Amino acid sequence: MPEVFAAIRPDDQSFALLLHLVGATVTFGALLTSATSIALARGDTRLLRLGYFSLLLVGLPGLILLRVAGGWLYSLQNWDDLPEEFDEPTWLGIGFIVADGGGLLFLLALALGGVGVYRLRNGKGGAGLLRATMVIALILIVAYVVAVWAMTGKPN
Amino acid sequence: MSFEDWIFALHLLTAATLVGSLVMSWIVIVSLRSADTPDATLNLNRVGIVGTAAIVVGLFGVIAFGIWLAILRDAFQLWDGWVIAAMVLWALATVALFRSFAEYAKPVAKARELVASGQTAPNSELTALNRTSTGLLLRALASTAVVLIVVDMIWKPGA
Repeated sequence: MPEVFAAIRPDDQSFALLLHLVGATVTFGALLTSATSIALARGDTRLLRLGYFSLLLVGLPGLILLRVAGGWLYSLQNWDDLPEEFDEPTWLGIGFIVADGGGLLFLLALALGGVGVYRLRNGKGGAGLLRATMVIALILIVAYVVAVWAMTGKPN
Repeated sequence: MSFEDWIFALHLLTAATLVGSLVMSWIVIVSLRSADTPDATLNLNRVGIVGTAAIVVGLFGVIAFGIWLAILRDAFQLWDGWVIAAMVLWALATVALFRSFAEYAKPVAKARELVASGQTAPNSELTALNRTSTGLLLRALASTAVVLIVVDMIWKPGA
């Protein structure tokens, strides 16, 4: 039953959905840039910094937009009023795990990368920490692919 | 999940790949504007190549799965106004993107030429090519078309 409600989307939800999708794709693009730049840096400081700053300046605002618009959509679709006899659908659970759990991982990647960039600037290495940022970015890319599949296919 | 659900999921996954890789290409384009040496240009090009490949996968995947979905689903047809609008915008985005790829290939060729002749210092001609306004406009046009496709897909005007 919840899946049936989810499939019917009134027009007043369209703007929230657009913002949610913009946030998700901007975050996805920033993660792709970050992982690719660090993976292909071969020690080049410019690419290592690009990998970090694309996460900080593009990915973080995208993630905030994704989460805020997702919460708005959740409330517009009245999921918080779902009767107790109904469980929330699996796809919604996957979305929350990826948005919130992934958000924490994202912040960890930013913290590690921030220390890495600081050490890089002071000539104390830092490439290893940025590689950890890259690994987290790759994990998040996979998680986002799973979330897109779950949100669209709505498996239960 | 039904077969149709899988096609829908793949349609949206390739759409996410397209928009995500466009975001990636914009990050590279903005970074290129401050690249004035052959090394910096070629290093950024390595990242740009991945973005370009993802854009091409997204472009062709989204149209293939989209048409497949329009054939499978009874709720809409290929000749519906909003579907035709999306296909026209897709064609516009594709042409603009491929022309912009050609524009951004010029600084890469110039950087390779400079490296081959042993010049690694900042070069004004290379900087100008990296800041191509034609490439920037074409990429902006393509991005606008893609955003309009997303808006069209969400609101489905006339459906």
